[in-house]
Amino acid sequence: MQHGKYRFIVGFLVLPLALYSLFVIWPFVQSIYYSFTDWTGLSPDFKMVGFDNYKRMFDDDIFWKSLQHSLLFVLLLPLVTLGLALFFAFMLNVGGRRRKGAAITGVRGSGFYKIAYFFPQVLSIAIVALLFQFAYNPNNGVINSALKGVGLGSVQPNWLGDPDLALYCVMAVLVWSTVGFFVVLFSAGMASIPRDFYEAALLDGASRFTTFFRITLPLLWDTVQSGWVYMGILALGAEAFASVQIMTVGPGGPDYSTTVLPLYVYQSAFRDGQAGYATTIGVALLVVTLLFAAVVMRLGRRERLEFS
Amino acid sequence: MTTDTSTADLAEERPPVAKQAAPAKKEKKGEGVVLNVFSHGVLILWAFMVVIPLLWAVMASFKDDNSILSTPWALPDKLHFDNWSRAWTQAHMSDYFVNTILVVGGSLIGTLLLGSMAAYVLARFEFPGNRFIYYLFIGGMSFPIMLALVPLFYVMNNLSLLNTTHGLILVYIAYSLPFTVFFLTSFFRTLPTSVAEAAMIDGASHTRTFFQVMLPMARPGLISVGIFNFLGQWNQYMLPTVLNTDPDKRVLSQGLVELATSQGYKGDWSGLMAGLVMAMLPVLAAYIVFQRQVVAGLTAGALK
Repeated sequence: MQHGKYRFIVGFLVLPLALYSLFVIWPFVQSIYYSFTDWTGLSPDFKMVGFDNYKRMFDDDIFWKSLQHSLLFVLLLPLVTLGLALFFAFMLNVGGRRRKGAAITGVRGSGFYKIAYFFPQVLSIAIVALLFQFAYNPNNGVINSALKGVGLGSVQPNWLGDPDLALYCVMAVLVWSTVGFFVVLFSAGMASIPRDFYEAALLDGASRFTTFFRITLPLLWDTVQSGWVYMGILALGAEAFASVQIMTVGPGGPDYSTTVLPLYVYQSAFRDGQAGYATTIGVALLVVTLLFAAVVMRLGRRERLEFS
Repeated sequence: MTTDTSTADLAEERPPVAKQAAPAKKEKKGEGVVLNVFSHGVLILWAFMVVIPLLWAVMASFKDDNSILSTPWALPDKLHFDNWSRAWTQAHMSDYFVNTILVVGGSLIGTLLLGSMAAYVLARFEFPGNRFIYYLFIGGMSFPIMLALVPLFYVMNNLSLLNTTHGLILVYIAYSLPFTVFFLTSFFRTLPTSVAEAAMIDGASHTRTFFQVMLPMARPGLISVGIFNFLGQWNQYMLPTVLNTDPDKRVLSQGLVELATSQGYKGDWSGLMAGLVMAMLPVLAAYIVFQRQVVAGLTAGALK
């Protein structure tokens, strides 16, 4: 029996673990090692160069720009997205007209809103980025044409072509595509908070504004925190890479004003043929990601509130 | 609904309180109406902001190039279905669809099979290294994938897996495992042990118990994580961009970006829009039909 059990365990784990180790764990370990080499990726020959890549990275203006933009992403994106989502979810759940003496009601048609808000979540970031790249077009894009239509013909920003605006244009697209997911998530959490809590607070004279900060947010904190981590990883990962790579000129431009760390890793490795240096930047990205997760966990630590 | 009626009853049973609170209540009511109008206002505004770009793309896919550029907000003069046929054949959208279906089909089956096997063992059996393996899988969820992709490119190259469908399938499976294992492990833990024990007593082997008893019981969990992985793999852009550069093997998201670049030179914007809408509609339609399951599948992980 015992023998059969271990044979079973090994038999079931060997394939998933082998695949995972070969394609995920092993490359991660290798990349740390490569970050200390002058490997180009083009030829199999390379040698150890110690901390040369790291020294070079600290003198690299493009690296600092990418880091700065990535930090901006990881600070602003969760803040704006989760803030908007909490706001919308609260409106959905308590913004309703008072009915039959209930103190708190959801708005009419909240089901429709939730379905519509979720649309971008099921679309590929590639589709979303292409659509908005087209919309941002300064000469014949829909946004500037709409501005003209409402009499703002003099306000015709260059959007993705303007170094001061481009990064925020990309961020706006990421916010647009992720808010709906969190609205649905938070809304489900809010719906499970007992109505009596709100009724008691409102009877005591609290405004709805107060109930949000005193009741809703504390009881939803766990979900908000995991949403924060999720958003941060997204802001440092595949979505940030895809949106910048697809939408911006260069990509990463104009004048490096939108380059982010994952994009710079990609360009160094596969465009510039500097695989070793690329992994060094990748290690910096790893450090930023881990620091972010640690900070959120640390700041987010509160006494857990339970309700039954 | 039940809470609504019960509170209404409560309010009626306590007339003195209601009387005393009457002026305050009136004030609150005013606040409620303002809030109601305000919340409908912002909610409708955001709904428009989400839906208009998508509707605009559908509209533009039926217009000719000239009117997309000169009058982007105008309705099409007539329905230019030729945009769609041009995108489907000349722009290779049909090939991209086939490639995507092959890759996602293979990797979805593989992910569910391997993920549930690993998760079952990790959830139900005590053995040395169990926790270590579990956290090894979980850790993959938070690491920046781009870091691994640089060496992975060369690993794949050495194994002759670069630019192949089966290579891409294996990579998709490997990168889907962390969440799948995380989700299914906690799911298997919630299932009752008694049924599996009964099957074992009746003489079923561990393997048979898993496939014939536990997997059917885990169906709701498999559907949730299956939808999650399906959308993630169908929409995947970064992995194929790095690991699948052969033009003939392109998947949808890649193909569209390529289409956008090349149509930009040719000026065939209507063809591009038709391609975009073509890629967008099946997923949106599936979402509207299976709305409840999709939302449950995508939010399941975050609620744990």
